[in-house]
Amino acid sequence: MPDAASRLLALYRTMARIRAFENAAEIASQGGVQAWGVATSAKPALVRGPLHLSTGQEAVATGVCANLKREDLLTSTHRGHGHTLAKGADVRRMMGELFGRATGTNKGKGGSMHIADFSVGMLGANGVVAAGMPIAVGAAHALKIRGRKEIVACFFGDGAVNRGPFLEALNWAVVYHLPVLFVCEDNRISATTPTGPMTGGAGASVRAESIGVPGLKVDGNDVEAVDAAAARLVAEVRGGSGPRFLHAVTYRFKGHVSVDPGAYRDKAEVAAALAFDPLLIARVALVGRDVVSSAIDAIDAAAKAEIDAAMVEAEAAPWPESAAAYTDIQNTGAGQWR
Amino acid sequence: MALMNYSQAAAAALSEAMEADPNVVALGEDLGRGGIFAQYRGLQQKFGADRVIDTPISEATIMGAAVGMALAGLRPVVEMRVVDFALCAMDELVNQAAKNRFMFGGQGRVPLVVRMPIGLWTASAAQHSQSLEAWFAHIPGLVVVAPAAADDNYGLLASALASGDPVVYMEHKELWAVEGDVVAGTKVPLGIARRLRDGGDVTIVSWSKAVPTCVAAATELAAAGIQADVIDLRTLWPWDREMVLGSTARTGHLLVVHEAVQVGGFGAEIAAAAAEATGCRIRRLGAPRIPSGYSKPLEDESRVTVAGVVAAATTLMRPPS
Repeated sequence: MPDAASRLLALYRTMARIRAFENAAEIASQGGVQAWGVATSAKPALVRGPLHLSTGQEAVATGVCANLKREDLLTSTHRGHGHTLAKGADVRRMMGELFGRATGTNKGKGGSMHIADFSVGMLGANGVVAAGMPIAVGAAHALKIRGRKEIVACFFGDGAVNRGPFLEALNWAVVYHLPVLFVCEDNRISATTPTGPMTGGAGASVRAESIGVPGLKVDGNDVEAVDAAAARLVAEVRGGSGPRFLHAVTYRFKGHVSVDPGAYRDKAEVAAALAFDPLLIARVALVGRDVVSSAIDAIDAAAKAEIDAAMVEAEAAPWPESAAAYTDIQNTGAGQWR
Repeated sequence: MALMNYSQAAAAALSEAMEADPNVVALGEDLGRGGIFAQYRGLQQKFGADRVIDTPISEATIMGAAVGMALAGLRPVVEMRVVDFALCAMDELVNQAAKNRFMFGGQGRVPLVVRMPIGLWTASAAQHSQSLEAWFAHIPGLVVVAPAAADDNYGLLASALASGDPVVYMEHKELWAVEGDVVAGTKVPLGIARRLRDGGDVTIVSWSKAVPTCVAAATELAAAGIQADVIDLRTLWPWDREMVLGSTARTGHLLVVHEAVQVGGFGAEIAAAAAEATGCRIRRLGAPRIPSGYSKPLEDESRVTVAGVVAAATTLMRPPS
């Protein structure tokens, strides 16, 4: 098999695993909630609370993380399952976390919105838009001070470019010449409001350029395009270029959270976007390189089987003891008094 | 032992911590010039601009970057200039620094000390004069320290730097010149209060700049026949319940004094805890719920005075009618 096809197959496999994870989590989140116009169901949800799905955005996480090493660091957003999985986290522990179990990556203390796996350099999903950006530049600053060779990838959405930390963190990375790749995962919507009309000027990459962070803008649904751009920018950052910016334009297939049907969106827009499914684009490219459909189907099936097994394991896993609510807080003065 | 002022004592503690551990760094605005209160004087010359870092005026990212630095192996000291400016960094402190360890299931630690000087500072008006310690005592995950003396500013800062927790460290802007004897290498443990005067009639608890006011008031009260047990809390979280409740159980009377606005102040927490535990009689004394005014007669309305403490204690000691 030619190298181009084997790399694309590996990228496809990661995307398929993310898609399977998101689909399973979405189903597990149904029931027991009343929000976004969806009535309460009698059946309690296995995954409780806000679940922000990255379905449709798999190519961004996959293409960027394919160019990172395990030791590199990463900060994520509230929509962080894909980043976490692509950085190398164990999907069984990830699913355990979504299920709120003691076996989860965060021992059930964070859930979907705070999923993290420090053992693979994934410093956490974050419930606050743009909040990962100052943390990312600080981590990069520490790496520089400590003379380390690793870099930091900082994922954020298009909504984040309208928050102050976007300006501050980009400026900081330029001032201290830090090893950071900023990745604007532009799904074109800020919660339930289109970002375009809410944003002055020509958008994320132009703002970055004006602060002195050069970069590339790519089709974020074309995993090979993301991979190629990330490869170039990561190489520059590793080579001591200072910060770089990747603006990847994609589309969120689902609502803001899993129980949000996204009825506020234009149906034609959604239908058009679905035709540019990143997995479909990659599949077409693979077939064009003489990879047989059955081989691609097998990847999908293996991904689904892996995630199904993670679901079964998560549902059987133990809940945290209530005493765990009082641990992992602080060394001095923790859990003492009401 | 050396005579130092409150500012020099802090600089000495930080300098010693930076000598002992190359991962201790300081970051904030104007640190290279010694900080606006000289509390970093000489440190950039000694340790270099990579470790005593001059930053842009970006409070949110100063604080947020410190969180990232801590996660990646450093022990940052964050300078906010005044607590009022730290309000630009609340997400980074409250949602990020304080929550990180818990919400990620103990995977990370955020050992950082954020210095946010508090208090009235002659004619500095409404945005440079606040005492907001109660805000931070309310947040799980944070330690809150408010030293009142030079030796404590040395010993408590040393302990804060060693604690491994996010510590909100609140120096008072009108205490920088206060002098005291500092013994090198003496750490003051977090959560242990300091008894400044023994007395059996009334317990007076305070912290930060209200402490010398209470000590002076206790002298006047003694002349009037009221013996006050004066306690400097030093650390607001965790606070020394043992010393405070032990004292109130003995005296039966508690006066809590702080410069912060009395309504919703941390004095209310101490008063309530003491009432629950010992049933003592209580009075609180803090600032009225007004912004600090610029003009002296207006600013003075926010000040806790010796006369005010004496009056509050005298009222408290009067038998119930």
